[in-house]
Amino acid sequence: MTPISYYLALSAILFAVGVAGVLIRRNVIVMFLAIELMLNAVNLALVALGRRIGSMDGQVIVFFVMTVAAAEAAVGLAIIISIFRNRGTVNADELNLLRW
Amino acid sequence: MPIGIFMFLAALAIIAGFGVIMQRNPVHCVLALALVLMDLGVLFMGLDAVTLGFLQIIVYVGAIMVLFLFVIWLLNVQADPGLGRHLALKLFGSIGAAALAAEFAAIIVQAPKLSDLRPLPPDFGTVAALARSLFSDYLVAFEVTSILLLAAIVGAIALARKTSPALALVTPAPARDASALAPTGDAAAQRKSA
Amino acid sequence: MMTQDFPALGLILLFPALGVLFNLFWGRRVGRAAVNFVGVGVIFLAFAVSLWAFVRLIGMPPGAALQYGLWPWIAAGSFHVEFGLKIDALSAVMTLVVTGVGALIHLYSAGYMAEDEDYARYFTYLNLFAFSMLVLVLADNLLQMFIGWEGVGLCSYLLIAFWFDNAQYAYNGRKAFIVNRLGDLGFLLGIFTIVATLARHGVWTLNFTAMSHHAVLLRPVALAAALLLFFGATGKSAQIPLYVWLPDAMVGPTPVSALIHAATMVTAGVYMIARLNFLYLLAPSAMEVVATIGALTAFFAATIAIVQADIKRVLAYSTISQIGYMMVGVGVGAFSAGIFHLMTHAFFKGLLFLCSGAVIHALHGEQDMNKMGALKDKLPITYATMLIATLAISAIPPFSGYFSKDLVLEGAFASGHTWLWLIGVVTAGITSFYMFRLIFMTFHGTSRLEAEKEHHVHEAPPAMTIPLIVLAGLSIVGGWVGLPEWLLWGDAFKRFLAPIFAPHGAFALPEVMIDVHRFSVSMTLSVIALVAGLVGIFLAWMLYIQHPELPERIADRFHALRELLWRKYYIDEIYDLLISRPLFWTSTHILSNGIDHDVIDGIVDGSASAVEDGGEATRKIETGNVQHYAFVYLIGAVAVAGYYVYMVMR
Repeated sequence: MTPISYYLALSAILFAVGVAGVLIRRNVIVMFLAIELMLNAVNLALVALGRRIGSMDGQVIVFFVMTVAAAEAAVGLAIIISIFRNRGTVNADELNLLRW
Repeated sequence: MPIGIFMFLAALAIIAGFGVIMQRNPVHCVLALALVLMDLGVLFMGLDAVTLGFLQIIVYVGAIMVLFLFVIWLLNVQADPGLGRHLALKLFGSIGAAALAAEFAAIIVQAPKLSDLRPLPPDFGTVAALARSLFSDYLVAFEVTSILLLAAIVGAIALARKTSPALALVTPAPARDASALAPTGDAAAQRKSA
Repeated sequence: MMTQDFPALGLILLFPALGVLFNLFWGRRVGRAAVNFVGVGVIFLAFAVSLWAFVRLIGMPPGAALQYGLWPWIAAGSFHVEFGLKIDALSAVMTLVVTGVGALIHLYSAGYMAEDEDYARYFTYLNLFAFSMLVLVLADNLLQMFIGWEGVGLCSYLLIAFWFDNAQYAYNGRKAFIVNRLGDLGFLLGIFTIVATLARHGVWTLNFTAMSHHAVLLRPVALAAALLLFFGATGKSAQIPLYVWLPDAMVGPTPVSALIHAATMVTAGVYMIARLNFLYLLAPSAMEVVATIGALTAFFAATIAIVQADIKRVLAYSTISQIGYMMVGVGVGAFSAGIFHLMTHAFFKGLLFLCSGAVIHALHGEQDMNKMGALKDKLPITYATMLIATLAISAIPPFSGYFSKDLVLEGAFASGHTWLWLIGVVTAGITSFYMFRLIFMTFHGTSRLEAEKEHHVHEAPPAMTIPLIVLAGLSIVGGWVGLPEWLLWGDAFKRFLAPIFAPHGAFALPEVMIDVHRFSVSMTLSVIALVAGLVGIFLAWMLYIQHPELPERIADRFHALRELLWRKYYIDEIYDLLISRPLFWTSTHILSNGIDHDVIDGIVDGSASAVEDGGEATRKIETGNVQHYAFVYLIGAVAVAGYYVYMVMR
């Protein structure tokens, strides 16, 4: 049986990959994908630790995270569509209206 | 789950993860992420969270990733031609992410061994167990989440719907193709070349 | 000392206060007649109450006092100051003078200001002045007296600059206030010295009675405190060196000049010294200073008065000179003589000013004596009363001025400082000279009036002439309360005031060097003074009646001297050069431009600029690029995780 710490390590690596993705990519949609990757890495950690202590709480939390992530993805993509309609681009470098 | 399967799945997830962030074509990125999510779904099942694993595949891959694909096709997002500006940011960002991972690893290694697993109740991970928890301990969160979903629906529709014809006159027309670059220079060149 | 509670004392203050409020809020709405009635009436009421208090006081044993505590004012630890009123013999005299002469002058004002539009404001200020002056004289502690002191200074300013549309008048008002303020600085420092010294011994009070009980404690600082307080008195009472505001204060309405700058406010300094006699007796050098300055001022001002052409200016310098006499009186320890002269001076100087006001009124604003003359038939009442007043001020018996000035000079001689007496006698001569010069130039001789004014010359209305007559009567009989010892009832005035000035037998009056109580000595002194006065009258008669061309020729002959006197010894110019200009320069260049502009504005603007520049620099952080923000998040996360790593590693 794989020790739980392996799962946690995998979770950490995936999380770091997600972070790098957010910082590296210019396309806003791909940034969003990287964020989803981060969320799922955390889900993995939660399930693993829930398994460790033998409680359903970990899974319940992940359940809610999934729900919220779905809602967030929907709204986030709607916003991206809206931005695209207004600015004509999904390049993060172009979207700097809040610049000084 | 046996360690061999885990290692295989872990390697797959990591490679696919790198694929998400490194692929040029956004559709490829989505597909890579879908792979990661399915991989994680299997891992969930391996952790006795069977319901959750299936839910992951159905909801995440089946719904959310599809949504992403639809949006990409709607906006006609083109491939990303290169690294672009802010190279220093990207370099240090990557280094930072790697540092974060290293720190987590250091902590995990130092933590007490997590290999001894507790005995599980017989219905651990089943739909019944999940439902039991949801409708008793986490009932309020459940209800609130349903309202949250309602709000998300309304919000998404309000934001993404087509505007009326009158407003369309003052809304700037979208570029013919949503390239990751500025709508000027390269887009025109691309159209020329296409 | 026996004190009795007498609540009606509060009424003395209440009536003028009500007058102020009435005139302030409803004055313009109710019309001239109502304002006159209330404004004048309240002072008459105050006088009635004062009289009542006086009558009661006489019935009590000597040294008694009537008192009434109003409310506790300051209660800071052991330091208690109460707002309270006290009438003893000294303040009874002062109160009667203030309310009595004040009431007459208020009545006169009703007539004098009959054509002025601002009558409501005038009576508001005048009643406010009466109120403040009464606070001053009825105060039972030094701090309350100072409040009244400040109050009368304020009203003086308000009334001098009454017609403030004229820039010069406004300037004169400011000058008066600022010079007064300078004196008040000395006064305050004196108060602080007294409080600090008494406090060191655990005595926390400024009440006059209490202070006199503990007066010995003040011996080490008595000289300093006395001189500081006297500096304040030179400002209020227009002595050297702070007298310069009084001649310029004559631009105010004449009743104001009469009330404030002749009868009451300017005498506050003398009253203060008399009230604090226990302090001054501890510092004989201070008393010498008081007497010396008084004598010098008397002489100095009299010399300037000789050549003045403005009728009110002559009287202004005369006031300065006469207050010098009062200062000599209290300076040599003859306190009751000083107060006596204060009282008679209020009568005849007030009368002189009111008469001059009547003349000015008749001549429609003409104040230059060179343009007057031959008015005695056209203004009979004015002439008669003014003549009486002039005889009084020239110390001709049996008029009041004779007795009071005589007592002052007697005191000066008795103190052994014979030169003080000598200056006093010479000044008396000069006084009668310039006063009769005034009479002759104004009422006698040939008419030098401007043509159109000649037709309108008429006697003043009854509102103005009645006070003249009353004051004339007082100028005649007012001195009869202080007769020489061998005559009738002797010096009743002094006996009345005696308990104030020798409260506990701890302080003897300064050593009497020469026994003036011997008939021969006292008579000789009186005769000499009288002769001096008569000489002055004679000289004036010679120069202005018999040989009117002489003054011109003498002026031309002694041109430089005349110029010096005409220019008031250039004192105003000297003050301007030595004090005003350097002060102005310092204020402008060092304080305003330098400190205020460069330093303080620099700090304020500088900190604003610093914030602005800091903001300029920091705003570059807002790139608008989400990934930059995410990077910062990442750094934070790495740091926090690093902390946990560190914790785990240990």
